Amino acid sequence: MTVASASGNDTAEPRPVPEGHVRLTIDGIEVDAPEGELVIRTAERLGIVIPRFCDHPLLDPAGACRQCLVEVEVNGKPMPKPAASCTLAVSDGMVVRTQRTSRVADKAQQGVMELLLINHPLDCPICDKGGECPLQNQALKHGRADSRFVDQKRTFAKPVSISSQILLDRERCVLCQRCTRFSKQIAGDPFIELLERGALQQIGTGEEQPFQSYFSGNTIQICPVGALTSAAYRFRSRPFDLVSTPGVCEHCSSGCSQRTDWRRGKVMRRLAGEDPEVNEEWNCDKGRFAFRYATAADRFTTPMVRDSESGRLRRSSWTEALRMAAEGLLDARDSGGVGVLPGGRLTREDAYAYGKFARMALRTNDVDHRARPHSPEELDFLGAAVVGTGPERGAVTYADLEAAPTVLCVAFEPEEESPIVFLRLRKAARNGGTRVFHLGQWDSPGVEKTIDVMGAGGPVHSGELLRCLPGEEAVALSELPEEVERGLSEPGAVLVVGERGARIPGLYSAAMRAAERTGARLAWIPRRAGERGAVEAGTLPTLLPNGRPVTDPVVRADLERQWGAEEGTIPGRPGRDLDGILAAAESGELSGLLVGGVDPEDLPDPARADRALRAVDFLVSLELRPSGVTEHADVVLPVAPTVEKSGTFLNWEGRPRQFEITIEGTGAVPDCRVLDTLAVEMDVDLFTQTPAAVAGEIERLGPNPGVRPQPPDVPAQPPQRPGPGRALLATWRHLLDNGSLQDEEPHLAGTARPPVARLSAETARQLGVSAPQPVVITTDGGGELTLDSEVVDMPDGVVWVPGNSGESRINRKLGVGHGAVVDIAASSAPPRGGVTDPEDAAGAEVPAGTSERELPLAAVHEQYRTNGHAGHGGPNGNGRADNNGGSRQADGGGA
Amino acid sequence: MSEANTHGTTAGAGSAPLTPVLTRRWLSPESWSLRTYEQLEGYTALRTALAAHPDQITELVKSAGLRGRGGAGFPSGVKWGFMPKDRSRPHYLVINADEGEPGTCKDVPLMMADPHSLIEGCVIAAYAMRANHCMIYVRGEALHCIRRLHHAVREAYEAGYLGRNILDSGFDLDVVVHAGAGAYICGEETALLDSLEGKRGQPRLKPPFPAQAGLYSCPTTVNNVETIASVPYIVNGGAEWFRSMGREKSPGPKIFSLSGHVERPGQYEAPLGTTLRELLDLAGGMKDGIPLKFWTPGGSSTPLFTADHLDVPLDFEGATEAGSMLGTTALMIFNETVSVPWAVMKWTQFYEHESCGKCTPCREGCFWMAQVLERMVAGRGTEEDIDTLLDVCDNVLGRSFCALGDGAVSPITSGIKYFREEFLALCESNRGQDNTQDRESALAGVAR
Repeated sequence: MTVASASGNDTAEPRPVPEGHVRLTIDGIEVDAPEGELVIRTAERLGIVIPRFCDHPLLDPAGACRQCLVEVEVNGKPMPKPAASCTLAVSDGMVVRTQRTSRVADKAQQGVMELLLINHPLDCPICDKGGECPLQNQALKHGRADSRFVDQKRTFAKPVSISSQILLDRERCVLCQRCTRFSKQIAGDPFIELLERGALQQIGTGEEQPFQSYFSGNTIQICPVGALTSAAYRFRSRPFDLVSTPGVCEHCSSGCSQRTDWRRGKVMRRLAGEDPEVNEEWNCDKGRFAFRYATAADRFTTPMVRDSESGRLRRSSWTEALRMAAEGLLDARDSGGVGVLPGGRLTREDAYAYGKFARMALRTNDVDHRARPHSPEELDFLGAAVVGTGPERGAVTYADLEAAPTVLCVAFEPEEESPIVFLRLRKAARNGGTRVFHLGQWDSPGVEKTIDVMGAGGPVHSGELLRCLPGEEAVALSELPEEVERGLSEPGAVLVVGERGARIPGLYSAAMRAAERTGARLAWIPRRAGERGAVEAGTLPTLLPNGRPVTDPVVRADLERQWGAEEGTIPGRPGRDLDGILAAAESGELSGLLVGGVDPEDLPDPARADRALRAVDFLVSLELRPSGVTEHADVVLPVAPTVEKSGTFLNWEGRPRQFEITIEGTGAVPDCRVLDTLAVEMDVDLFTQTPAAVAGEIERLGPNPGVRPQPPDVPAQPPQRPGPGRALLATWRHLLDNGSLQDEEPHLAGTARPPVARLSAETARQLGVSAPQPVVITTDGGGELTLDSEVVDMPDGVVWVPGNSGESRINRKLGVGHGAVVDIAASSAPPRGGVTDPEDAAGAEVPAGTSERELPLAAVHEQYRTNGHAGHGGPNGNGRADNNGGSRQADGGGA
Repeated sequence: MSEANTHGTTAGAGSAPLTPVLTRRWLSPESWSLRTYEQLEGYTALRTALAAHPDQITELVKSAGLRGRGGAGFPSGVKWGFMPKDRSRPHYLVINADEGEPGTCKDVPLMMADPHSLIEGCVIAAYAMRANHCMIYVRGEALHCIRRLHHAVREAYEAGYLGRNILDSGFDLDVVVHAGAGAYICGEETALLDSLEGKRGQPRLKPPFPAQAGLYSCPTTVNNVETIASVPYIVNGGAEWFRSMGREKSPGPKIFSLSGHVERPGQYEAPLGTTLRELLDLAGGMKDGIPLKFWTPGGSSTPLFTADHLDVPLDFEGATEAGSMLGTTALMIFNETVSVPWAVMKWTQFYEHESCGKCTPCREGCFWMAQVLERMVAGRGTEEDIDTLLDVCDNVLGRSFCALGDGAVSPITSGIKYFREEFLALCESNRGQDNTQDRESALAGVAR
């Protein structure tokens, strides 16, 4: 930006206006601005803040609130009326006078502010937004000291629940439409709209259509008043009582920047942080609301050891637990060996400690963080195409997705599996003309919202769903339609593969071949926050840190030297993967297991995992809260949740997302520290006491000096063809599901998508099912699952079910996955009506000790059903009180 | 609606002649039928037009000086000229038949009495603008009119004036009659387009203007009924003939809708520039001889005139110079029995009810001003309220998103300008009284 005072040196050569720019004057300051820039932004760059409500840089201009009026001259002629600077593009020779230099603009702004306040309840003392409220702040700066309004304010019942999480106070609303525009434009979930007109205009939802969006929390953050609040935070604290600490979301691999607001050692809320490279200013509801798991009453606070007499876990000292763990692990190592399962939710530093512990203390390569379906092909793919890449080394970034002419998503459901990638793809489709293709089974909401987008100037049909049978993805990828093949050949095109590719033999090989063939760039997007970092950290059976292949003796020797280990400490043979480790544990080949944050329910065969955990002689668990591992563990060592530790997540791009401790002094220690101490007990020095130390060591190690492993070459397999009464199973997970990191947040769970089985009309007809009549899915292995049905446009002979929602726990209940053949029949059970079972969704009942304001989810649902629709009467008073009187009173207070 | 012709014959003695052009067929038997229309030169202009080049039609309308009859008076030919010449996207012609402006009642009678003149105008205009689709957006309450239009459109299709290959010209046009749902704002052209698209009717941001991205983001022209119905006459009569009526910058005839305290309320088609004095002569003068007190030249959104304005020439320039606007030439005439504050309150209540809610000044301003006026009319106003009203008007005028807000303050500012003493009289009993009491209760509990 170039700025020069208009009263500057007259004799100087006039500066040429840069290409693509115009020159204008704002409050007497001459400024060059890119063509098309809005006056309000140009002013902002000059440090002139024009008050505004409806304006938001990431939303299309609206010009609705009229707060940002300025006086403008174009071509030497004054415009007849003040103009809204949020909708006015700069032009050459324009003269703008804001409230700072124009009485007209100042009066117009004061006038609008006075008008905005006449129907505002001015209930700032009890409003959550008080203290951080743009209306409050701007009213003090640009408003009158007194109102001349002496008549009757318009009133509404308040608040109304527009979802189980979001509450709407229509009296406070200034109708700036940021929330509706966000939902329509950014999220593609237009479940909230303006209703009525004039002073009675209000935000509302359709009948029986709650604000069921994964991104609803953003509307609270961008609301310039206290009209939108969350059930989770409402009335919990005042902004000025909170300490804000920047952080990084621990849920998925999007890697969102966040702001955590906490008070007296407790997180009160989380907000989206601003990072234009990654999440812009957005966040998904999981990242925003799912943090209470860390303060669950059942969190481990001390180590526990299994009492040799009672056979039960009892609390112990760290000294006792570490000694027991060290002895047990040493014994197990020296008999059959120990397998290490760190799980996919660790920071890069913690994962590194697991990998180093496995090699140094346990002298094994039997380490695999992939607590999910996986394959040897995937392992080769990660080594050949993923490890060692990152934004600085040319890997695909968010910006690349946005700029890509074509993106093809395979085995990846962006909205469910990496919501910020979804938002970026949608933005790309909406603004940049990116064509987004999906190779999948049905046009899920996420697919629809990226291929059929309502742009600012009308509908944009940006891409297409390429339907294939589950398991057929690899074949389909080799035989792409001409149009897609051509699109992928354009410079900058991107091929995105999800971690579910591991379920489809030959998919990663086909993806690499397709990338080779078309020149498209390849991106791998895993689901969990820790997956990408763990690949770098070396918690895989074939990879040491920073992509060093375990089979290369030179590389091994180099690492042993750097680690100060004896020669030959690191075994030269690739280890077992998770399946192999569990099989060996079950058969007794392995004597011990060291398990991090792994939930057996996530594993491909939970029953087998249970048997393996039971079978091993010695089991050490590093955990936050009780899990399916705990009941078999000999020693449980408590570890810190993300908010109580520091570290780095690598997001899917490979971009380091470093964060510091938010809540200090809780005494909780990160995994790397626990492993370091445990190693010392085993006479091994890991030097992983702190995440910072580990980060330094990773840096010092440098990149893989050896050669990159060979890419996989697994032939694609044609899909199975199920006979009558059978179907191919298609499945992936919903964003909001039974995952234990969403525990303790029933309001969030209420916005989860209800689990239903989806099938084609023809399949339903053949089965004699009329939706929502339930179907029962069974497997040869005795698995059984009954779900309500829904007909969608998908290939015949396929049934889709969510991976881990409510009853639909595929791994446990069916024991098979995507692409498997299952039996399917109509069920005689009545439909359940699409309501998520609160117990399933919330994971556990609301425990004692949570705030007394907490309502059990059932009550929330009940309240929602009673009050869900704007304009149909709201709750009487504070929105939590019940309408039914007596019988519900106990629920309100007694939780 | 027979006034036009009946009084046309008696007007000879008066100072202003009637110029029955648009209203010419209104008294003919079954004037709305295709048969009558064809007998009276109907669809002859269409044949002439289809033989010409589209751009010739636009040029003709330009040189005739036809200006939009919906209120703004924008030159129609120029507006048509904004439409792109290429056909890469569909073009749309949309007829604004929402006629919501209080006092306005010209379009509905026109469509009732002579729907085919509108349809013929639609075909010619659509041909000029290379549009193959035309939508007529009719006010939902005008049910009888909608039925009549439907009937006329059906007749026109059957006779080959609509549909494929009209009169063997190779030109296709489909006309859709769309019933609105009764919102004043949908008379604003971009809100009308949103409403047509099935969305909530609220004005759109401009640019893009409809000629670039209108209905379904395609090039669109929105014209008033009377404007388009004038086109066949211009095609038949020529620009010179059209310019022989009216004034230099506002040529042509205009339907003046006289309502209120006149002897013979109704539609009077006279050249633009005719004065109220002349029109009152035609309408038989003030009802029962009670003197005129105030009147609107073009609906309630145009500032009031008084008896001092009887000789203001009612054309676009004349009305503006006298401090008002021509608007829709809906002349609402009030005699001395009517209280100005009361009338202003009723109008303001209308705007409060009809404000779409999109922008702050109009939404909140109308809400506030209606309450102040209600309080004043109930005798609980203060002199201070008058100043507040004027200042709020100043904060609404030119600050709102569309022209509705500007229109809403017109009756208030002009009412106070000409009849301040009436407002003061209402406050007389409260003179010297501070309304602190009210203020306290309204702001109870608010931190100062």
